[in-house]
Amino acid sequence: MPRSQKIALGVMAAFFLLAPLVVYPVFLMKAMCFALFACAFNLLIGFGGLLSFGHAMFLGTAGYAAAYAAKAWGFPPEFAILFATACAALLGLATGLIAIRRQGIYFAMTTLALAQMIYFYYLQAHWTGGEDGIQAVPRGTLLGFLDLSNVWAMYGTVFVIFMAGFLLIYRVIYSPFGQVLKAIRENEPRALSLGYDVNRYKLLAYLLSATLAGLAGATKAIVFQLASLTDVHWSMSGEVVLMTLLGGLGTVFGPVVGAFIIITMENYLAQLGAWVTVTQGIIFVICVLTFRRGVIGEIGNYLKKPL
Amino acid sequence: MKFKQTIIAAAIAALAGTANAQVSDGIVKIGVMSDMSSLYADIGGPGSVVAARMAVDDYLKAHKTNLKVEIVSADHQNKPDVGSQIARQWYDVDKVDAIVDVPTSSVALAIADVTKQKGKAFLISGAASSDLTGKACSPNSVHWTYDTWMLANGTGSAIVKTGGDTWFFITADYAFGHALERDTEAVVLKGGGKVLGKVRHPLNAQDFSSFLLQAQASKAKIIGLANAGGDTINSIKQASEFGIVKGGQSLAGMLVFISDIHGIGLEKAQGLIFTETFYWDLNPQTRDWTKRFLAASKGTKYPTMVQAGVYGAVTHYLKAIDAAKTDDGTKVVAQMKAMPTDDPLFGKGSIRKDGRTLHPAYLVEVKKPSESKGPYDYYKVRATIPADQAFRPEKDGGCNL
Amino acid sequence: MTEIFGVPTQALFGQLLIGLINGSFYALLSLGLAVIFGLLNIINFTHGAQYMLGAFGAYLLTSKLGLGYWWSLLLVPPIVGATGIVIERLMLRQLYKLDHLYGLLLTFGLALIIQGVFRNEYGTSGLPYSMPEQLAGGRNLGFMFLPNYRAWVIVASLVVCLGTWFMIEKTKLGSYLRAATENPALVQAFGINVPRMITLTYGFGVALAAFAGVMAAPIYQVSPQMGADLIIVVFAVVVIGGMGSILGSILTGFGLGVIEGLTKVFYPEASNTVIFVIMAIVLMIKPAGLFGAQK
Repeated sequence: MPRSQKIALGVMAAFFLLAPLVVYPVFLMKAMCFALFACAFNLLIGFGGLLSFGHAMFLGTAGYAAAYAAKAWGFPPEFAILFATACAALLGLATGLIAIRRQGIYFAMTTLALAQMIYFYYLQAHWTGGEDGIQAVPRGTLLGFLDLSNVWAMYGTVFVIFMAGFLLIYRVIYSPFGQVLKAIRENEPRALSLGYDVNRYKLLAYLLSATLAGLAGATKAIVFQLASLTDVHWSMSGEVVLMTLLGGLGTVFGPVVGAFIIITMENYLAQLGAWVTVTQGIIFVICVLTFRRGVIGEIGNYLKKPL
Repeated sequence: MKFKQTIIAAAIAALAGTANAQVSDGIVKIGVMSDMSSLYADIGGPGSVVAARMAVDDYLKAHKTNLKVEIVSADHQNKPDVGSQIARQWYDVDKVDAIVDVPTSSVALAIADVTKQKGKAFLISGAASSDLTGKACSPNSVHWTYDTWMLANGTGSAIVKTGGDTWFFITADYAFGHALERDTEAVVLKGGGKVLGKVRHPLNAQDFSSFLLQAQASKAKIIGLANAGGDTINSIKQASEFGIVKGGQSLAGMLVFISDIHGIGLEKAQGLIFTETFYWDLNPQTRDWTKRFLAASKGTKYPTMVQAGVYGAVTHYLKAIDAAKTDDGTKVVAQMKAMPTDDPLFGKGSIRKDGRTLHPAYLVEVKKPSESKGPYDYYKVRATIPADQAFRPEKDGGCNL
Repeated sequence: MTEIFGVPTQALFGQLLIGLINGSFYALLSLGLAVIFGLLNIINFTHGAQYMLGAFGAYLLTSKLGLGYWWSLLLVPPIVGATGIVIERLMLRQLYKLDHLYGLLLTFGLALIIQGVFRNEYGTSGLPYSMPEQLAGGRNLGFMFLPNYRAWVIVASLVVCLGTWFMIEKTKLGSYLRAATENPALVQAFGINVPRMITLTYGFGVALAAFAGVMAAPIYQVSPQMGADLIIVVFAVVVIGGMGSILGSILTGFGLGVIEGLTKVFYPEASNTVIFVIMAIVLMIKPAGLFGAQK
């Protein structure tokens, strides 16, 4: 791992370990879940070059699955999260097979429409509670001994999950698989001519991204003890794009920073209602026009080091 | 919609008298959580904050008390996770003692749960689900203003009694719509009426022509709109386009507010029948309060029953705090249930063990444009349903308190 | 009375007609999108917001200036189209040399801004807009009561759609546009002002959205959210029809409106999702869309 990234990793870990002493821990847990979500999304767009505009379907599906498993079936949290992540993976496979057939804009549109279809299903299905969502989800006891209703136990669990997910993504990016993915993103016909089964790589990247997004969603459902339609709505898909764009597409730490900024902004602007949407839109426009590298991207560019 | 932290100085006596001794950190902090910017902003929203402030001001002026009360507000954007997070932060970090309003049942259910966990108080005005005093009842929640059972029962039975005995339902295809349809159907059948058909439409459907056509073909006397918000407004507008009311059928709205009527216009809404628990023009007290509300809100939007409910709930809450000499949520709510309610907007009433507030309900009909003599002069009160009949009997709710 | 699958034929014809009416809106909106995408390769996410601007324009023209429906139909599309031109000039133009995805993201951000500002200003209860008197009322066709306004919607949409198609496919101006998409440098070398044509084309597509908005104002709720959910359905329509095909989007728009209408009769709960299901199926069988050419 390059030295700059080692330092950044250390800073990030230290921050999330120490910050809950001064900052409201529930807020930080939300930030970590969304950071994981954004990192998973970034794997697909930043390194695979595929813009999915329907990623909320994975976040939400895993959220509902975990909530339902924990509440109705009494699954302990670790099994609920594993089960939910598997569900997200399955959905990723099914939608990936349909969506991968197209590229670029068409791919984005397809994922958007598929996500919308999933949204409408969840809206009507009885087991999701529709508009009410699945409420009062028990946090349970982790591995039989850790009572997650204690906020520190929950925080520790979320931290471990987040770091594990993050490091997994990091390994994937810098693995041979990740290199081929980048090659496909840069020049697909050339990669094809070199003999790589481009579609299989893309599908695998999509699957991985979906699974990890599901992990984030499942964890979030357990932390907040709630799964609702918000997590499958297209505006959530838009938000994760915004987080990654703001943080820096294709950087390793960008999505974490982007997620943190957006979550903070929403928290403080929540009182102002519709201005949240307007602010998000403005950030989108500014980022696309003049700030394409994103926060971490600009820092990395300035330091001339990979981040 | 700005973040309002309005500090209302109350201390008449600067003495930290025994009255304050058990109020946590000396201040009663009330959080008004509503939809400030979207679907229900006109039904609750900033108007609810105004109503809450009026309640505090009026109470402090009328009673000799050393209570210090502070009001904060936030927008839950109709999202349960946003609402639940704000509630947690308010209770854990900002020392809020009670949350008021919360339209959107899904958010209210989430907040009821958090409030119970933290032992605070939850004064519900905007949410509709009758589960809040049923399956999901709690010793920390009080449900004011209305609920789905009351709407179904009020509107349904009153219409059947006046001759509307054949019904066709246009229902929003989600839990709330189904609940409305189911409750109303039960009432219609009990009253001797018949349901000739039903059709379910997707939530937020733009176009109702197809469903209205089916309703027209059924020749039912009453077309029940088991939906809310934009869907109801669209159904009504398009019904007028297809000449449904002119053709002799009547529309029954299951969940309609005066702000909706204002948005539809009397031309298209005339003849609509539904139930509310507050109307600004009911009597001299409501009229007087409305005048003050308009002045306080510096606007032209007349108060809805949800905003009136916020006023009533906050008033009663403060009375209970003074009587119980504490602001511990569970104890105050128990005190609220022990005292009868009395305010200029809802009259005399009471709160049951399951948290349900009982007050009269009114069956109203929307006036024709020619009958309206002034701004917001929209309703004819067709019937009054007494408090003990308007709401679901306690034993039927499934609440285990 | 004869019945098909349990639905009386009279009711069925009524629903088909309704489906055609809804299809008109789909066709108009997907036409605008197809024009913009087919000729400029931009996904205009702002389309829904511009549709909403059309409806609000009509409302504002009436409430502030007292101008009626017919004036709105004439004035609002060019005005909103002009705002589109400003957007293209100031912002989109800089993105042409980049990946198309940035255009998508920019228009998405703009949609958020426009919708957010209007929501802040006007709330979401929706605003009343009355039917123009000349089109009020309706006639009883025997199998249903058809409001005059809805009949007008079908007629007007057909005229506009076919007119646009004709202009792009059969006129000299249209052929310049099509050539400019294929090879802008060459066409520019012939002395044709390609950037200006692109700007005007975007403006035209936006004006089409606004036109649909004005048409929608009397029958649907004029609210800041009106375009947001509709636009995703229209995207599905355009994907099914084939992203660049003008005729494809018109036919698919009307066709899907009819299919949706039939779904509302036989299985109304699915009427929201049927278009997406069809899209998924079409993508499996013919990824380029029904009328699209594999690019």
